[in-house]
Amino acid sequence: MQIPYTVHPRPDTGLFNAKLGVWLFLASEVMLFGALFSSYVLLREGALTWPHGYEILNIPLATLNTVVLISSSITMVMAWASLKLNDFAKYKRYIGSTVLLGFGFLIIKSFEYGAKFSHGIGPGDSTFLAIYFTLTGLHGLHVIGGMIVNGYLWGPGSKMWQSDPERLTNRIEVAGLYWHFVDLVWIFLFPVLYLL
Amino acid sequence: MAHVATAGHAVHDAAHHEEELTFIRRYVFSQDHKVIGIQYLITSLLFLFFGFTLMMLMRWQLAYPGQPIPFIGGLLGEANAPGGIMLPEFYNQLGAMHGTIMVFLGVVPLAVGAFGNYVVPLQIGAPDMAFPKLNMMSYWVYFVGGVTMLASFFLPGGAANSGWTSYAPLSVVATTGQTAWLFAMVFLITSSLLGSVNFIVTIVQLRAKGLSFTRLPFFVWAQLVTAFLLLLAFPPLEAAGVMQLMDRLAGTSFFLPSGLVVAGQVLDVSGGGSPILWQHLFWFLAHPEVYVLILPAMGIVGEIIANNTRKPLWGYKSLVYATIFLGFMSFIVWAHHMFLTGMGTVISTFFQTTTMIISIPSVIILTAFFISLWGASIRFNTQMLFALAFLPMFGIGGLTGLPLGLAPTDIHLHDTYYVIGHFHYVVAPGTIFALFAGVYHWYPKVTGRRMSDTLGKVHFWGSLVCMNGIFMPMFIQGLAGVSRRLYDGGQQYAHAQGVLQWNEFMSVAAWSLAIFQLPFMINFFLSIWKGRKVENDNPWEATTLDWATPTPPPHGNFAKVPEVYRGPYEYSVPGHPTDFFPQNEPEPAKG
Amino acid sequence: MSEHHTAEDIKKHVRVYINVFVALMALTVITVGISYLHLSVVPAIILALVVATIKGSLVASYFMHLISEKRMIFAALILTGIFFIVLMALPVLYHGDKFY
Repeated sequence: MQIPYTVHPRPDTGLFNAKLGVWLFLASEVMLFGALFSSYVLLREGALTWPHGYEILNIPLATLNTVVLISSSITMVMAWASLKLNDFAKYKRYIGSTVLLGFGFLIIKSFEYGAKFSHGIGPGDSTFLAIYFTLTGLHGLHVIGGMIVNGYLWGPGSKMWQSDPERLTNRIEVAGLYWHFVDLVWIFLFPVLYLL
Repeated sequence: MAHVATAGHAVHDAAHHEEELTFIRRYVFSQDHKVIGIQYLITSLLFLFFGFTLMMLMRWQLAYPGQPIPFIGGLLGEANAPGGIMLPEFYNQLGAMHGTIMVFLGVVPLAVGAFGNYVVPLQIGAPDMAFPKLNMMSYWVYFVGGVTMLASFFLPGGAANSGWTSYAPLSVVATTGQTAWLFAMVFLITSSLLGSVNFIVTIVQLRAKGLSFTRLPFFVWAQLVTAFLLLLAFPPLEAAGVMQLMDRLAGTSFFLPSGLVVAGQVLDVSGGGSPILWQHLFWFLAHPEVYVLILPAMGIVGEIIANNTRKPLWGYKSLVYATIFLGFMSFIVWAHHMFLTGMGTVISTFFQTTTMIISIPSVIILTAFFISLWGASIRFNTQMLFALAFLPMFGIGGLTGLPLGLAPTDIHLHDTYYVIGHFHYVVAPGTIFALFAGVYHWYPKVTGRRMSDTLGKVHFWGSLVCMNGIFMPMFIQGLAGVSRRLYDGGQQYAHAQGVLQWNEFMSVAAWSLAIFQLPFMINFFLSIWKGRKVENDNPWEATTLDWATPTPPPHGNFAKVPEVYRGPYEYSVPGHPTDFFPQNEPEPAKG
Repeated sequence: MSEHHTAEDIKKHVRVYINVFVALMALTVITVGISYLHLSVVPAIILALVVATIKGSLVASYFMHLISEKRMIFAALILTGIFFIVLMALPVLYHGDKFY
C-alpha cells in the first residue's frame, strides 16, 4: 500500500496530507510567537519605564522591510497561481523574486542590527532591546528557513514539474502557507516593536 | 497519481523494495514507523533505566546521608563525590536530571514515540505514518537531544542542577550544564513538534475505509488528544528556553529582576526581568505535559481491559468526550503549580476552580474502566494484572492531587514530599505500569513469540509492592513538612525528625524495585529466541486492526487494504460463533 | 489539488491578490502615519492592533486561502486561537491591580 492522499485530497476532509500538516505546524508557531508576544506584554506592564519604539529603532528601514516582505508574499502566491496556469517560466520568475526579496529583507535587517552593534548596543542593555532582538531574531531565523525551502523549490526541487506537476504545485502551496505566516508575524511585530 | 495495484501485489512490492535497501537505510535511518517505533522503544527504555539509576544514587544519600556510596562511589569522580560521599551539588544534578530524563527522554518517547508510532498506523489500517521522513527525523533529533543531556554530566560544573523545572533566577546563574539542558530541550521539543504533526495528520487522513472517528480504538483517541497537547503546549516552553538561553549567553534580563545579588555581588545586568514569567511559560507546557504522560497509558489500559474482559469497554462515548475535555482543560490549570508565588486571590480561585473541574474527566475515565470489569470473564495474564493495578494506583495518585489543587491545603503541601508522592503514584505505578502492560500485550505482534507469563507475574508483584513501598511513605513525610530536593532528606529540620526513619525504608524499596526489573529484562530478551511461538496472527483474540496484520507486520503493514465494518470492541456478540468479532471481518453472508 | 480550479478561477484569484496587495500597502502607510501622531499608549496600542489585525486577516484569508478552507483547518485554528488568548491574557491578568 502506498500512502494515500499525498497529492489528491481525502474526500471527507477535503485536504491533502501536507496541507493539514503545514497548518498544524503553523498553529504551533502561533503559540511560539504568542509566548514571546505575551512575554513582551508582561515585561512591559511590569516595567517602570519603557521606551517608545521610534525612540530607539529605525522606522523608515523597518517600513521598507514591511513593504519588502508583503511584496514577497504576493510573489509567492503568484508563483503558485502560475503553476496552476501551467506557466512554468512565470513560476520560476515569481519564486525567484520571492527568494530575492527575502534576501532583501535580511540585508535591511543586517543594517538595522549592525547600526546597533556598532554603537555597542545589544540585547543585554535593556528589557526592550532583549525582547526586540529575540523576537526579530527568531523571526529572522524563520525567514532564513523559508528562503532555504523556497530556494530549493526554485532550483533542484523545480525539476518535479516534469515528473509530478500536481505534487509540485501542492508543495508550492504548502511552502507559500509557511511564507505567508512569516509575513503575518512581521505584520504584528512591526507595529508592536517599532511603532508603540 | 499514486495508483494502488492489487493490494497484495503492492505490499509485496513494498516489502521487496524494503529488502533491497542497505542495512543503514533499513534499520538505522529507516522511514518505516515500526522500525522507528522500536528505535524509540530501545532508546527510551535505556534512558528510563539510566534515570532510575540516578534516583537509586540519590536514595543512598537520603537513607545514609554523608556515607560513602559502596562500589559506585569511587567511580563518580572527585568533583561529584570525594571519597565516595556525594556532594550537595552532585545531588542537585541527580535530582534535576532524574526528572528531566524520566519525563522527556523516557516516558513520553516510550508512550508516544514507541507505542504510538508502532501501533497507531496499524490500528487505523494505514501503511505507515503520513510523513515517514519526518518520522525518521523526529527520532534522530530526539536522539541528539538525549545525547546532549547525557553529555552534560561531563561539563565543568556537571549537568543541570536547578531542578527539572529550571526556575529563574537560579537557573540563569547556574553552571554550564544548564545551557546544555536548554539546547537539548530545543532538540527534544523540535522532535516532539514534528511527531505531533505526523500523528494528527495520520489519524485524520489515513484511517481505513469504514473507520469513522466513532469506531476508533480508544488508544488512537488518546494519542490524537496527546498529539494536540504536544503541538500547542510545547512552543511556549521553547520560547522560554530561547529567552533563558539569551539570559545566560547574551546578557539579557528576561528572567532576572533588578538588583539581584549572587554570591555577595550585585549582578551586572540590565535587570527589569520577571522570574515569574519563566514559571508561567514553563508550567504552560508542563501541566499539559502531565496529561501527555497519562493519556497514552490510559489508552493502553483501555485496549487491554477490553481484550481481557472479552467485553466492549463500558462508556466508549464518555471515555472519548472525557479525554477531549481533559485535553482542553489541561491548558487552563497550570498556575496551580504557582499558588505560593504571591498570586492574588481572584486568579488563585480561577486556577483552583479549573483544577477541580479537570478531576472530573479523569474520574469518568477511571469509572468507565472499573465498570468495564463488571460481569466480565477476566483473563489474568501479565498485561491484565498491570492494567488492573493501574486503576487503584492512578486512583491514589489522582486523589492525592486534590489537596494540591486546592490552594489553602497546597500552602502546607507545596514543595514537600507529598507532591513527589502524588506525581510518582500517577507516573510510576500509573503510566509505567500501563507501558509495561503494553509491552507484554504487543510483544507477540512484534516478535511472533509470547513473553513468559511466570516471569511477568514475578515482575508485576515485585514492582507493585516495591513501588508502594517507595511512594506511600512520601505522603507521611510530606504531611510532616519535609521539603523536596533536600540533600540530607530532612535531617537538619526539627519537624522532620519523626519521619526520617522512612528514608531508609523507601531506599530499600527502590533498590528492590530495581531487582524486580531483572525478570522483565531477562524475559524481554530471552523471549525473542526462546519465547513460545504464537499460533496465529491474533494470539490474544483481539478485535482491533493491529491484530489483522501478518506477524511481524511487513513494510506496508497489510496484505489486503482493510475495510472496517464495526466498532473496536465487539466482544461476546450474541449469536457470533467466537467471542470476538474483528473490526475488519466482513459480516457473514446471510441465508 | 484540493479544488479543481479552472484557468478562469485562477485569474479571478490573481485579481483578488493584487487588490489585497494594494490594500496591504495602504494599511502599512496608515499604520506608520498613525504612529507619527504620537498618541498616548492605550489608543496607540488599540489602533496599531486593529490595523495589524486587518492586514493579517487579509493575508490569512486571501493569500493563505483561509476564506475558502476546509472545516478541519478551521477547527484546528479556532482551538489554537483559544489557547493563544489564554497565553496572552492570563499571565497579565495574574495580579489584578499589581504587576511584577
